[in-house]
Amino acid sequence: MLADWTQQEVLTGTTIMAVEYNGGVVIGADSRTSSGTYVTNRTQDKLTPLTEYIYCCRSGSAADTQAIADHVRYYLDFSRISQGREPTVRYAAHVMQSILYNNRDNLSAAVIVAGWDEVNGGQVYCIPLGGLLVRQPMAAGGSGSTYIWGHLDAQFKPGMTDTECQEFVAKSVSLAIKRDGSSGGVCRLAVINRRRRTTAHYHARRFAKVVRWLN
Amino acid sequence: MAMLEEPSCPGFVFDNVLRNQHLLAKCGGGSQADAAASSTSALPRAKKTGTTIVGCVFNGGVVLGADTRATEGNIVADKDCSKIHYISDRIYCCGAGTAADTEMVTRQISAQICLHRLSTGRLPRVITAKQLLKDYLFRYQGYIGAALVIGGVDYQGPHLYSVAPHGSVDCAPYITMGSGSLAAMAVFESRFKPDLDQGQAVQLVRDAILAGIFNDLGSGSNVDVCIIRQDGVEYLRPYLRANEKGQRAAVYRGGKPAVLRTDRRPVLADIISTRIIRDSGAAQAAGETPMET
Repeated sequence: MLADWTQQEVLTGTTIMAVEYNGGVVIGADSRTSSGTYVTNRTQDKLTPLTEYIYCCRSGSAADTQAIADHVRYYLDFSRISQGREPTVRYAAHVMQSILYNNRDNLSAAVIVAGWDEVNGGQVYCIPLGGLLVRQPMAAGGSGSTYIWGHLDAQFKPGMTDTECQEFVAKSVSLAIKRDGSSGGVCRLAVINRRRRTTAHYHARRFAKVVRWLN
Repeated sequence: MAMLEEPSCPGFVFDNVLRNQHLLAKCGGGSQADAAASSTSALPRAKKTGTTIVGCVFNGGVVLGADTRATEGNIVADKDCSKIHYISDRIYCCGAGTAADTEMVTRQISAQICLHRLSTGRLPRVITAKQLLKDYLFRYQGYIGAALVIGGVDYQGPHLYSVAPHGSVDCAPYITMGSGSLAAMAVFESRFKPDLDQGQAVQLVRDAILAGIFNDLGSGSNVDVCIIRQDGVEYLRPYLRANEKGQRAAVYRGGKPAVLRTDRRPVLADIISTRIIRDSGAAQAAGETPMET
């Protein structure tokens, strides 16, 4: 009597991406989570803060990634107090990687850790399934990323300004949403730099922009 | 003295799940005699709340709603079960899935919240309850079949979360869970707007649950509603009896129906054997002769 979607795990089907620019990073994601063929949440926020200046984009099992992000956030908060300074993006990415790698058999999680720190500025670290850690100037992940790799390879150029990066990420995620069944909703965008973290939501079809400034 | 080394794997071991599956396959495929000999011919069915549960935020608090049918396979086990569970004075939780799991999980977290409240000296927050539920269910990797809608009001205002059996959480102004969630979500998606007042929110929740009751086999009976505001809680059980048993339309008196037509035909038969049926004691006591064929 119960449909299959009531018994399937909730997955973030997903398109996530992150791009470095001089002075920070721009991260973006779609907003759909699905359970079988049912969309359980069409307004999910997959850009999860690990610290004030470091975010992670989550894909894979929603439960696994939420639990891991909570754990890493707690760990980094503790590190910030014990080290007396903001953790570096590299440190956060390594903490995340050690959990994902050591529990790779029991987890279904792939993340992109991106943020800004004083040492190296904006950085993007990609951690796909299995727990490989690699720093890249631009990273994309999730089921929707496969549809836009050609577009990303053709359109990405190093040395973009933050406005160009925002448009690039918004356009790419919207294109992936169009083609991938597991991605949908709005394109959520965040810019992380020294001074401000700003978030914006783009409607995939109309590019209607709503901007909210965080403190 | 030789000692068996315990296998050192972290976390829980779910070997019994494999064993149960193996037993089920073995007994299901075995002969009737085998099934009768072993006491477990089929695993007992868990009582599930098929269910429609919803929550809706309005401009002064949260409204939670639920149907009241609990099923065991295709049978209705309970026509009026309560699915809105108490967590704390201003936090309630609706549960869908395996009835025992939702009941026990919510009771467990309610106790933890009570102790937390006493030790911190502060009114509990909804995010605390949500985090406890989420961590607990994640630890059991989905084997605890509880899908929950937790809502309440704390010092920050009204909150509403859904917690799925594997431990993922969603936050939204309106949420539905359970087998009737698609029907209920259709109602919300067409009529929800931000800044509802209490009356509109309750009407929306009522209509969403009714959609689940009438369009989903796993949901039925009555609508329960719980309205949580900063200044108090209204737990309306039942809010609406949607499936009252009907009144008998007429009394059909006994008596002989009229004979419309008679058709007699002879039936020829040979007597092959005779057997006397005797009713032990009672017939002889009454002085009746036993029947004979």
